[in-house]
Amino acid sequence: MAPPPSALFVRNLRKAYDDVIAVDGLDLEVLPGECFGLLGPNGAGKTTTIEICEGLTPPDAGEVVVLGRRWGRDDIQLRELLGISLQETQFSEKLTVSETIQLFRSFYRSGPEPEAVIEMVQLQEKAGARVGQLSGGQKQRLALACALVGDPQLLFLDEPTTGLDPQSRRQLWDLIERFRSGGRSILLTTHYMEEAEHLCDRVAIVDHGRVIALGTPRELVASLRAEHVLEFAVSNTEQVDETALAALEGVCSASRRDGSYRLQVEELHLTMPALVAELRRQGAQLSELRTHSASLEDVFVTLTGRHLRDE
Amino acid sequence: MTNSGHGWYRHPLVQLTLVRYREFFREPEAVFWVFIFPILLTAGLGIAFRRTAPERTVVAVVSSAPGSERILQALGQDSSLKVEALGDSAAVDSLRSGRVALVVRPMASGEVEYEYDAERPEGRSTRLIVDAAVQRAGGQREVVQVRERKISERGSRYVDFVVPGLLGMNLMGSGIWGLGFAIVDARRKRLLKRLVATPMSRAQYLASFVLSRMTLLIIEVVLLLGFAMVAFGVPVRGSPLLLVVVCVLSSLAFTAIGLLIASRAKTVEGVSGLMNLVMLPMWIFSGVFFSASRFPDAIQPLIQILPLTAVVDALRATMLQGVGPSRLLPELAVIGGWLAVSFPLSLRLFRWR
Repeated sequence: MAPPPSALFVRNLRKAYDDVIAVDGLDLEVLPGECFGLLGPNGAGKTTTIEICEGLTPPDAGEVVVLGRRWGRDDIQLRELLGISLQETQFSEKLTVSETIQLFRSFYRSGPEPEAVIEMVQLQEKAGARVGQLSGGQKQRLALACALVGDPQLLFLDEPTTGLDPQSRRQLWDLIERFRSGGRSILLTTHYMEEAEHLCDRVAIVDHGRVIALGTPRELVASLRAEHVLEFAVSNTEQVDETALAALEGVCSASRRDGSYRLQVEELHLTMPALVAELRRQGAQLSELRTHSASLEDVFVTLTGRHLRDE
Repeated sequence: MTNSGHGWYRHPLVQLTLVRYREFFREPEAVFWVFIFPILLTAGLGIAFRRTAPERTVVAVVSSAPGSERILQALGQDSSLKVEALGDSAAVDSLRSGRVALVVRPMASGEVEYEYDAERPEGRSTRLIVDAAVQRAGGQREVVQVRERKISERGSRYVDFVVPGLLGMNLMGSGIWGLGFAIVDARRKRLLKRLVATPMSRAQYLASFVLSRMTLLIIEVVLLLGFAMVAFGVPVRGSPLLLVVVCVLSSLAFTAIGLLIASRAKTVEGVSGLMNLVMLPMWIFSGVFFSASRFPDAIQPLIQILPLTAVVDALRATMLQGVGPSRLLPELAVIGGWLAVSFPLSLRLFRWR
């Protein structure tokens, strides 16, 4: 095996449910100490992939090596070494936070004291509270605590912040970053591009059960060759000439979707006046105009023509 | 947590069993149905069917008829009868509605006519009582001298019959409900899946249910039997050890059946339906409230292999007749059979996700 041994190595993974192909030849490698993100829309096969890596779902085909071990052979060892947070686990509402963490701690041979884990996820004030009384963010922190009680080498987090308000999300990000700074590896799935950009060293963009792009968030965004995205709509004309738009100064590419236009732009200050002049020439009237810095979302849109979240 | 440092307290089986207790005792409804409801039911049935002085049977005498005075007087001397003088049509109406058991109609000829429903046991027995009084008043003498001794035996009352039935029903309910809901709820919440993602031993998870069931069983049995003994003097004639064996084996069998029912179901609604489907025939046929022998002979073999029938029969035989273990072998075999089939089958079918 080539050094350095990876925390997780997945090759040509396949899984189908009935007639739906969930994972379609997916490759993946998580390096030691790395936080790796699977970014993709709902139904892209992220959860199936992570559950196969967690040893909860058997794959139809493909190779999975976790911390140099394999499911079906080293299960007992692997269970001790992994920390797992599933999507949508509801812990027993009648137990307290501290009772739940004690229960999970009792399953592992070694790991931090329950009190220390409670402190790690900042739930000290809720230690004696029933799980049923926790907020969404507190429940997610409890799920993280239950993933950390065995002092894992590799942490699997499936949609760790889905449904949380921005403040709770930031708080959870801080906790995950603190765990990563301890030198352990993380594989997380998300459909929030901000989350992938904020937390992940490398990101694999997943769609229809395959990796369609891989790299650091910076590399992926740079692959667009444009730093800005300009979107606009016009009110009075049926159609604006797209080839004319693409030829404008500073524009890398132009596309149209649902009656609104999208330009990937290198230098916004050059493109803006040129766009306004061109629209005036074509007799079109601007009804909407937006610009933003290019993000992973734009990488996904460029690759698939769809958005990560359909709003 | 002052005792979190103890080794035993950190053992996963202890932690899992503690979870079972916590979930149970923090659910007031569950505590009510398992502990309080059987006692209320015992109290209710014990009071409703308590032995009181037999009610007096109501008899109507048609007052317009000649000689009715004499009949009224004769019947009035019998303390088991309550006699009413009514007009003919009122008397017939009262008979039809079942308010009176028999109408006495003196005739002009000196004969007496009894009008009653010979299909009803009450009608036939009232006829005997009334006729004896009428004949005595007419001058009949007793030919054979009789003496009477009246008894009220503990163990032959309805409350004695029903308490072992309720105990069996409770063992069934708490075994099946206690397990079914908890497991299906954990599966629905994906908690089962989360648990098998840890190094937890699956056998210990299931063992925690059995362990908590066995300890709650002690409370259940002691409360119900203790109440029945103190409040109604229900006897336990057989060996207490045998009673313990019957209760433990029964509870294990019902726990295994509960596990089987819960092995696949994904929703609480689904498992409730299944549990009711399994328990309803036993509530009706297993002789909890009345003897199972009332059902036709054709379905008796089916009734006899129901686990609750065997449990209730074994409890009655132990408590009321005080029989030894050898006489209980058929029942214990049925209960053990259910355990031996359900447990391995449920482990085989069980879905952790």
